Amino acid sequence: MSTSPEKKPPSVLSVKNLEMRYGSTLIQQNLNFEISKGDIFIIMGGSGCGKSTLLKHLIGLVKPAEGAVYYGGTDFWAADEQARGKLLQDIGILYQQGALWSSQTLAENVAVPLKEYTDLNEKEIRDLCAFKLQLVGLAGFDDYYPSEISGGMRKRAALARAIALDPKFLFFDEPSAGLDPVSAKLLDDLILELRDTLGATIAVVTHELASIYAIGSNSVFLDPVSKTMIAQGNPTTLLNESKDARVIEFLTRGNTHTEG
Amino acid sequence: MVNVQPILKEKNHCILEISGNFLMAESRPTLAELSQSFPRDLKRLSFDAEKMSAWDSTLLTLLMGLQDYAKEQNIAFDISHMPEGVQRLLDLARAIPERPGTRREVQKASFNERTGKATLEIWKESIEMLSFVGETTQSFGRLLRGKARFRKSDLLIHMEACGPGSLGIITVISLLVGAILAFVGAVQLSMFGAEVFVANLVGLGMVMEMGALMTGIILAGRTGAAFAAQLGSMQVNEEIDALKTMGIPPVDNLVLPRMLALILLSPLLIIYANTLGMVGGALVGTLYLEIPLQVFFTRTFEYVTPWLMAQGMIKGCSFGLLVAFSGCLRGMQCGRSASEVGNAATRAVVTSLLLIVIADALWTFLFIMIG
Repeated sequence: MSTSPEKKPPSVLSVKNLEMRYGSTLIQQNLNFEISKGDIFIIMGGSGCGKSTLLKHLIGLVKPAEGAVYYGGTDFWAADEQARGKLLQDIGILYQQGALWSSQTLAENVAVPLKEYTDLNEKEIRDLCAFKLQLVGLAGFDDYYPSEISGGMRKRAALARAIALDPKFLFFDEPSAGLDPVSAKLLDDLILELRDTLGATIAVVTHELASIYAIGSNSVFLDPVSKTMIAQGNPTTLLNESKDARVIEFLTRGNTHTEG
Repeated sequence: MVNVQPILKEKNHCILEISGNFLMAESRPTLAELSQSFPRDLKRLSFDAEKMSAWDSTLLTLLMGLQDYAKEQNIAFDISHMPEGVQRLLDLARAIPERPGTRREVQKASFNERTGKATLEIWKESIEMLSFVGETTQSFGRLLRGKARFRKSDLLIHMEACGPGSLGIITVISLLVGAILAFVGAVQLSMFGAEVFVANLVGLGMVMEMGALMTGIILAGRTGAAFAAQLGSMQVNEEIDALKTMGIPPVDNLVLPRMLALILLSPLLIIYANTLGMVGGALVGTLYLEIPLQVFFTRTFEYVTPWLMAQGMIKGCSFGLLVAFSGCLRGMQCGRSASEVGNAATRAVVTSLLLIVIADALWTFLFIMIG
């Protein structure tokens, strides 16, 4: 699973010296990491350490207090409006609660980015929406409203919307939260499959240990007390090699005595 | 640029040779165009993607279409020469087949069906409204026996929001309504040289009708809609379920403080509105009609008796109650999505206005009967 340094693919997303604040409250500082093409990059840490906030900084919802987020060679926040809009087309996001638009059917939800950014005709859009819904296992649910389906299905529908434009980057905020273990496993498999087939680079905010080991190829560990990252690397490698008690405690669910 | 070239290999075997970029942004052949070019007795369909440099989901939708077409026509479908990613995505899309009965038949209901459904809806609605009346009455009963539980600070917060919070808009509207009454009256009365009666008109108009009505309408738009939106979003967030499962009746905890706030404050707001309306009328009277201020107010108080004032107050209090009732009713009925919250707010305002006007008519009729 671990990639040796000499064969490492080029980094497509890098964070340099990032500092995050809400008003005067410091959330995290001195964040430096790189995400390589095809990585499944896990952002982990205890509750309230700023995982979701970091995700919001990566996808351009919140402006960093200091530092920069680079997509390829482009500094996201230094780029002009147009370049930023172009970058956003390459980004698909699965929000924690799905964030489907409740007044639109599943197919209409998936169609929104397609209508906005492509010249496809009605039928092509309809076919693409049906295909994306089939990919996430929701064949035939095109005309359902989000309120008519279960939470797990909503999450998958939201994933269909996130991959509508075949994005180069996929961001997941707590993908398995609120899912049963079987659904969570299926979603993990789906994430791996999408990485392999669409060639997307994926960043996942999660504290679900099973997921972290199953899909993560690289990671960063945020600490709420020191307000910075205290570890990075492949999660399995971290578990075996990290010397930091906080990291080990997290990665073993606090069973530090039985660590391997 | 993308090019899809059907090449006839053997007699019944067609190879689709794809070259270039098969991407959304390119112009691509459609399923119908391709199937036109197939020979009639086609038995096998395969692909050659050696020269294809890039692809995205649009290739998959075409392949899905071709696969369905092939199945229908009994044609062997072979995608083994496609890139591995394409094959796996196609497998993934077919992995969970559509469950029968999932798809919705979107059909237009007949006129009779729609009429019937609408009638049933009205029936259901009336029952819901009546049971809400029942629940709130019970809740008030519990309040009188000192058994209703809600936080006193909630009551104060709601009182602050709908009392002092609405003074600004009530000031502007009442002043203007008073002034408008004076102007409209002056035009007619001046024909008889009886401008001085403008004072009576403004006084009676405000106290008996406009003060209460305007306050009711402002409360409906400001406070009633807010109540519906608050309770509606609590419904969406399952906050109301949380109350229920703790054994706290949501009506006691959420509806009661809101209703009390409006019932307690609407008389005060009406007194304020009436006063400002008369000030507005007096401004027009003194500045435009040149009636001395003293004469204006003497005449006003001569005609505006305590009983007339009481009529306005009774009306106004009932409007406050109705606004709180409609706002809370629509909020509690709210569905579980964001757009439902918007609907709840709209319906709260519409219901409030409707009930206010009906109540106004009933009270007016009743007061005339009493004499």
